[in-house]
Amino acid sequence: MAVISYREALNQALREEFDRDERIFIMGEEVGNFGGAFKVTDGLLAAYGAKRVRDTPISELAITGAGVGAAMGGLRPIVELMTINFALLAMDQIVNHAAKMRYMFGGNVRVPLVIRAPQGAGHQLGAQHSQSLEAYFLHCPGLRVAVPATPADAKGLLKSALRQDDPLIFLEHESLYGVKGDVPEGEYLVPLGKSNLLREGKDVTLISYSKCVYDCLQAAEVLENEGIDSELIDLRTLNPLDLGPVVESIKKTGKAVLVYEGWKTGGAGAEVAARIYEAVFDHLDAPIQRVATADAPIAYNARLEHAALPSPAEVVRAVERLV
Amino acid sequence: MALERTRHVAERTLLTMDEAGLSDFYRLMLLIRQFEERVAEMYSRGKITGFCHLYAGEEAVAVGAIRALYDKDYVISTYREHGHCLAKGVSPRTVMAELFGKATGVSGGRGGSMHLFDAGLRFMGGYAIVGGGLPLAVGLGLSIVYKEEPEVVCCFFGDGALPQGAFHESLNLASLWKLPVVFICENNFYGMGTMVQHAICREELYKFAESYKMPGVRVDGMDVLEVHGAALEAVARAREGDGPSLIEAVTYRYRGHSMSDPAEYRPRREERIWLERDPIKSLRRRMLNEKRGDENRLLELEKEVAAVIDDAVAFAEQSPEPPLSELTKHVYVD
Repeated sequence: MAVISYREALNQALREEFDRDERIFIMGEEVGNFGGAFKVTDGLLAAYGAKRVRDTPISELAITGAGVGAAMGGLRPIVELMTINFALLAMDQIVNHAAKMRYMFGGNVRVPLVIRAPQGAGHQLGAQHSQSLEAYFLHCPGLRVAVPATPADAKGLLKSALRQDDPLIFLEHESLYGVKGDVPEGEYLVPLGKSNLLREGKDVTLISYSKCVYDCLQAAEVLENEGIDSELIDLRTLNPLDLGPVVESIKKTGKAVLVYEGWKTGGAGAEVAARIYEAVFDHLDAPIQRVATADAPIAYNARLEHAALPSPAEVVRAVERLV
Repeated sequence: MALERTRHVAERTLLTMDEAGLSDFYRLMLLIRQFEERVAEMYSRGKITGFCHLYAGEEAVAVGAIRALYDKDYVISTYREHGHCLAKGVSPRTVMAELFGKATGVSGGRGGSMHLFDAGLRFMGGYAIVGGGLPLAVGLGLSIVYKEEPEVVCCFFGDGALPQGAFHESLNLASLWKLPVVFICENNFYGMGTMVQHAICREELYKFAESYKMPGVRVDGMDVLEVHGAALEAVARAREGDGPSLIEAVTYRYRGHSMSDPAEYRPRREERIWLERDPIKSLRRRMLNEKRGDENRLLELEKEVAAVIDDAVAFAEQSPEPPLSELTKHVYVD
């Protein structure tokens, strides 16, 4: 076990999987010479050469579609989109092609494509560079969606992603690349579709993923000082979605708060809330609360941006409304 | 490439082909034509529903190009793909069954007319988003280069795809990476009801190739030999590792955009002119005129093809529907 950053954990996963499977390669804007816009692919070009670490022009639609085609051709491509905002240029290939092909061709094709992209706000990058779009992908059958929060999960989920056969959107959070944590060395897999109980408590269930997990951890400490005992579950993947531990937790606490960085309306948390109501309505003592991004584009101004995003203080307030 | 040159290629192609080869072209074009005519009939009888885009009139393009490929080469197509699929060797039975929405169809009844697929025969799918197949062809080309294999990809699309970003991004990428892809634009003059000159800033579509540093050629898409000759050159170039090409095959769809389109935007005189240039009748006439085919043998072929189509319809009729219990099967690999 070594303490490394989320970025280094991803880089390690890529190297290990590159070594394991010759069919895996990565392509995207600036993944080679530049080492990745967020340095996730740093050193890979030198280690594996241009065949497996392929710089591309700014053509998100064609790059993504080429990833789909290469997957149909028997490879295991990783397409890195510089940020998830640019995935919107490739939505035709993601939604109309990658996600549909296995089904519409009667199960006669596999598309083992992993699309990696950073997302999220917090750096004053303005409306077009600050989105969290996991709900768009969650909405579409045929796509797997991973949203790792910790360095260990970043490694373990990416390795698992590269060993399964469905198109998978792997969403990294821009604010997490520098976060450090214990990461097992060598072979370490985190299965897709297994949420993670990060903190045990009896009063309220916090349900989150990606960067908001850290907001929840901070909030839980504040709440503990107030005598409120929070349980925290990190979903890790939105598809497959593992709500087993969430349901068990709510049977115990009777209260749930969903914390996520997508827009509040139609966000992943809305889906999770609906499923909780369907599964354990009778166990709920109070309405489910959602702490999410305000329904507005993200502003450049730091105070406006901060106000739009979920925060530990907002999580605390949401819990206080319940207890 | 000037038109004289492609005519020359066609003449040369004719000289190099034996009678069996010519009969094969004839039979395959006829198969596609009769298949489509029967599809139209089945559509009007309500056996086939949904969107259905017929290939009648354009047979020379699919046959000329796909007969320039080896079995292991890939084909990517559009929603007007019955002809490409049959030319790649997929059984008329399973194609017809797919159109009927049956479990025995190539896509198990989940795809329909616009989404035929056969991985074994490397028919890599019909796609119903205009231009959507081009990036996939680039990716297949990339997989070939990656695995250091000798295959090529033949990617069909219509004139309607040229104004799409996917066309331009894909040709740039294929040329930049020297991928073994042959792009074949079936220019039938209309993107649905909009004429090419109202949709694209230049009428000579093959000239877009210049912008992407690849050879571009316009061929008579009603002449299977001319298409075949140009395709042989482009396929050889791709297989040699010299990169992609763009072929513009000028052709005409005999029917409207889809079964629901009576094509009232087209002058009837224009339709008559193209019907006179019918690719199947032309080849037949040429084979007989040049003593490269025997009339009795051709008549036999015609009967054989009709029997194959009858059999395909019977197979489709008798096949079971996909079970409702499998509604969500194949959304994911399990």
